[in-house]
Amino acid sequence: MSAAIRPSLGPRKGANDDAHETRIPIASDLDIIRARQTGRTEAAKLGFSSTDLTLIATAISELARNIVMYAKEGEIVVRIVRSGEKQGIIVIARDNGPGIADARLTLQDGFSTSRSLGLGLPGVRRLMDEFEIESQVGQGTVVIAKKWTARHVLD
Amino acid sequence: MQVPILKQGQYLIATIQSALGDADLVQLRDGIVQQVGKLRSRGVIIDVTALDVMDSFATRTLRDIAQMIRLRGAETVIVGIQPEVAFSLVRLGTNLAGVATALDLEEGLAFLDRQIKGAGGNAQSHGSRSIQKE
Repeated sequence: MSAAIRPSLGPRKGANDDAHETRIPIASDLDIIRARQTGRTEAAKLGFSSTDLTLIATAISELARNIVMYAKEGEIVVRIVRSGEKQGIIVIARDNGPGIADARLTLQDGFSTSRSLGLGLPGVRRLMDEFEIESQVGQGTVVIAKKWTARHVLD
Repeated sequence: MQVPILKQGQYLIATIQSALGDADLVQLRDGIVQQVGKLRSRGVIIDVTALDVMDSFATRTLRDIAQMIRLRGAETVIVGIQPEVAFSLVRLGTNLAGVATALDLEEGLAFLDRQIKGAGGNAQSHGSRSIQKE
């Protein structure tokens, strides 16, 4: 679990998957807006419902905000994946900030190390379909959140 | 992108017109809280119809504004939260508890009218007291 900060980033490279990636450097509050707007635009290409697009954009906003708050800078990678029947969006938030000693703790509601927000990550997990976090103190944090199309009762 | 704050009678209406950065939100907060005192407003409407995303910071800032305005003796109502945004707020677990909301501007004005009328006596005496001080 705590090996390196290199969790599997979705589908294996070289497979027949059609993946398209967009990187957004994050260093300020305006980058937060840019990241979520890019994510929404990319996700829209997959035909997500407007509700899902809003959930995705909100999740990206929270992840980018975490980077600005805790690590000062990092990047958001938005990856569109079409692999067989499954298609969706993978959002990767990566920074080389201070890291978190016990990343699992951040998934508990109310957890916060900077006292102000405290519900970023559990909230993101509820907005998306899949969620993983890896972090090491002094090295940084990687959060991977995924959302798949065509499986929502609401649509 | 600054948010215009317009005076309409004894109310202030702030209409958010595009995505706001954190600095814009903080500026909106400080602007409204100042204007309420300067223009002796009884109520504030913040129209968020144009917001396609409300994340934890936006929600928290709106909550702060509503509480600060209440401490200044006026009422705030947030209008125009879109259905998708409402759903994401619920999922996110952000808490707008204690903040009045209404469907749109019209409902927001009606809400404030009821609030102000309801607390009419109180608000009057507050007003005249501070006038005497001047």
